[in-house]
Amino acid sequence: MLVNPRRITLRVNGLNHMVTVEPRESLLDVLRKQLGLTGAKKGCDMGSCGACTVMVDGKSRLSCLTLAVSVEGMDIVTVEGLSRGELDPLQEAFVRNDALQCGFCTPGQVMSAKFLLDIIPKPSVEEVKYYMSGNICRCGAYPKIIRAVLDAAGEVKRNG
Amino acid sequence: MELLEKRATSEMGYVGKPLPRIVDGFEKVSGRAEYIFDMELPGMLYGVILRSEVPHGVIRELDYSSLQKYDFVKAVISGRDVELGNIGPLRDQPVLKYPKVRSTLDEVLAVAATDADKALRVLDEVRVSYEPLAPVFDPEEALRPEAPLIHEENGSNLVKLNFDFSSGGVDRVFEGAPYVREDTYDVPRVAFAPMGTLGAISYLDPSGNLVLASNTQEPFQLKRELAEALRLNPQRVRVFQPYVGGNFGRGMDLYPFEVVACALTLRTRRPVKILYTRTDDFRYSPTRQPARIRLKSATTKDGRLMARRAEVALDAGAYVSWGVFDARVMASTVTGLYRVGEVEFKARAAYTNNPYTINMRGAGNPQMTFALESHMDSMAHELGIDPVEFRLINAYEGDYTTPQGMKAKDARLRSVIGRCAELIGWRGVHSLEPKGSKRYGVGFAALFHVGGGARVYRTDGAGALIKIDDFGTVTLYIGMSEMGQGTVNSLAQIVATELGVPVDWVRVEYNGDVEGRPWDTATHASRSTFVCGNAALLAARKLKRELLRAASKTLNVKTSELYIEGGVVKSRSKEVEIALDKLVRRTHFKDNGKVFIAYAYYDTKTEMLDSQNKGNISAAYVNAAQAALVEVDTETGEVRVLRVVSVHDIGQPINPLGVRGQIVGGVVQGLGHALYEELVLDRGSVVTAGFGDYEVPSVGEMPEIQVDFLPTKDRYGPFGARGVAENGIIPIAAAIANAVYDATGVRITSLPIKRERVLKGLLKDVGG
Repeated sequence: MLVNPRRITLRVNGLNHMVTVEPRESLLDVLRKQLGLTGAKKGCDMGSCGACTVMVDGKSRLSCLTLAVSVEGMDIVTVEGLSRGELDPLQEAFVRNDALQCGFCTPGQVMSAKFLLDIIPKPSVEEVKYYMSGNICRCGAYPKIIRAVLDAAGEVKRNG
Repeated sequence: MELLEKRATSEMGYVGKPLPRIVDGFEKVSGRAEYIFDMELPGMLYGVILRSEVPHGVIRELDYSSLQKYDFVKAVISGRDVELGNIGPLRDQPVLKYPKVRSTLDEVLAVAATDADKALRVLDEVRVSYEPLAPVFDPEEALRPEAPLIHEENGSNLVKLNFDFSSGGVDRVFEGAPYVREDTYDVPRVAFAPMGTLGAISYLDPSGNLVLASNTQEPFQLKRELAEALRLNPQRVRVFQPYVGGNFGRGMDLYPFEVVACALTLRTRRPVKILYTRTDDFRYSPTRQPARIRLKSATTKDGRLMARRAEVALDAGAYVSWGVFDARVMASTVTGLYRVGEVEFKARAAYTNNPYTINMRGAGNPQMTFALESHMDSMAHELGIDPVEFRLINAYEGDYTTPQGMKAKDARLRSVIGRCAELIGWRGVHSLEPKGSKRYGVGFAALFHVGGGARVYRTDGAGALIKIDDFGTVTLYIGMSEMGQGTVNSLAQIVATELGVPVDWVRVEYNGDVEGRPWDTATHASRSTFVCGNAALLAARKLKRELLRAASKTLNVKTSELYIEGGVVKSRSKEVEIALDKLVRRTHFKDNGKVFIAYAYYDTKTEMLDSQNKGNISAAYVNAAQAALVEVDTETGEVRVLRVVSVHDIGQPINPLGVRGQIVGGVVQGLGHALYEELVLDRGSVVTAGFGDYEVPSVGEMPEIQVDFLPTKDRYGPFGARGVAENGIIPIAAAIANAVYDATGVRITSLPIKRERVLKGLLKDVGG
């Protein structure tokens, strides 16, 4: 090791965690290995699939490309932070619209959609496509994902 | 069977109603579903693998003594020092290769360490030297007499499997036919690339049994294969299935690395986890089966098919897994898609030094349907017949037996094609107006596939165990593997409907520990809804009979007067009723009390292919047709799919929401295969190593996809359902290629339909 591990405080889902990390460690690895938060998935570890998406200070971030030391003190929200017992309405919309199959990409999809709805509460189909295009779903649930996001935004009729 | 035919058809309950995932929706959207990636066990070690540096060679020196000085290294194994049985359908693949290596996927040595990063770094210190042998990468070259032998003991590189079929009179028809056409097509090697990369965890349970946590989709067969490879008593081997991040067929075989993990656990007595990175997954996973397909067909002057011949060259790679068996499905497409009296199918699979192959969704049918439906399209154009009309002329309808002996009952091939043309608004060839540099076109393709199981093993059956407890909870224990397709949801709907209980009273025990669930052959060939669905239906029916018998005694009403509704046994003749949970408690909690538990094993009435490769392998067959509307930019060669219509004859959908998901998902995957996906190999090594250079469809490329079902019911499927999982992916590449032809006159014969291929075709057009 050329650089010594550092002790930092990560604020995740409203709680502060003291962790010791090497400067090279990604936020994704620290969330998964040290905090036991395995909702964010490692689909590629090179920023090309979106399965590891989390929110940092209100913006969506690929946690595999984010060094843990670089987000010290920032407000991090993972998929686990969206639901405490009950699902977030966005997560409910994913279930209601069957917007998932194997589920591996789903936490990342949900977090990208969360960010989209935060900045554009009533997005168009084209805006959903644009903002969600970094999240790969190999099962091909895309049309239902679009529908779920529009549903969560109140843009589609329920059970329609 | 008798039980099945007596089913009530009037009461459809939850069947046919869209039901969101009650079984695995919550845990997946909340991030709580635990995949292999997420599982950690106390004392866990991490396994890393050193693979061959050469595509073909002999290990002359292997020295890993330098690793012993590291305290984080807990075990090192190689093919030189452990004895493991071979794996694969032909048992031709050693788990750890020594001294011969046959591809750069080959596992030479494995390390179990407390830290995977450190272990990877010290792998460089292993000294391996290879005596390189001449490699061969082209399957047709591999069959030449001078080609280097991949498996010397075989005496040739020809894979000894026979998928050939002949109706006998093809040559005679070709000689006298008024119209004959020949074409050649290439379908490349593509990656499965599900979001969950490969991985496994092995450990010893407290009783010392070996447990493998695996992404398998054939857990019961895996148990036997694993025990055999490890030379253990199968009674001492357990298989655990966690949530699976997508499989699409690649969970059908035992992997060398899974056996390696187990061997490391047996050596260290500690849990061992092996995970593939995304790059590993691209470079070291088996791929879909590539193929070169030569087709020749003869028709009458007015376009009736008289004869068809297909010759297929398959690249098995270094070992045989299920990819080569794609030929079997290819044969059934050649003989079963459209009415053609004389058919011949020949497949030659060769060992090469490339990655080995496994069956991907559709198992050869997408590859063959691309070739066959492109060929049909070319014939239609050459004969001057409208491509829809040409298909209709040759489509069957009603009961039809293919030359290979597959009995399609109530087939609707003509109907699905007609409906598809209607929904896309077909107005004839080259009928869409260009806009600037953009050309528009519509293309069609149909499919023939199994929809009622596929007898490739001695049994094609599944068991279902069902019980109702003292709280009224109904639990179904089922051996099928849920990989995201959503079948377990449909099973809950079937059980709730048959028993007359609310669907949220039904729990399905799927995945997890295999020991607690009854046998299922495998989750493949679109068979689970049909086969496991019938098993669940039969078990529920038996349970209901027992419940009604007990209620009859308690209520003093004849069984025939009783029915169950909303979880309550009611009488048609008297004002009496009893809730199921109360009935269970009353019958249970007394001396010599009994519980309500029922088991059914369902196996289809089908046959394996005989020595002539003839036989009715499935209890039901499906037809579908797809149309694609594309836009081709003649300046860039870019193809955009604007609209897809997908019309299916799959009987009664149990859960229309899930069925649409399966069809659309297949279309999306097939869109990738049609337009983007191709693994690039350099001397047998995959160089496309991530989603950055291996493009897959994203939400941005989504066309409008319209799914339509014919209102039919299968005679033998549960509530009239047939299988559906593979149908979306099968015709889509052909439909898109045919649409590109309609738009531009460029005939694509090699997938994917890359811009340069389209541009080349356009330039040739201009020049010629």
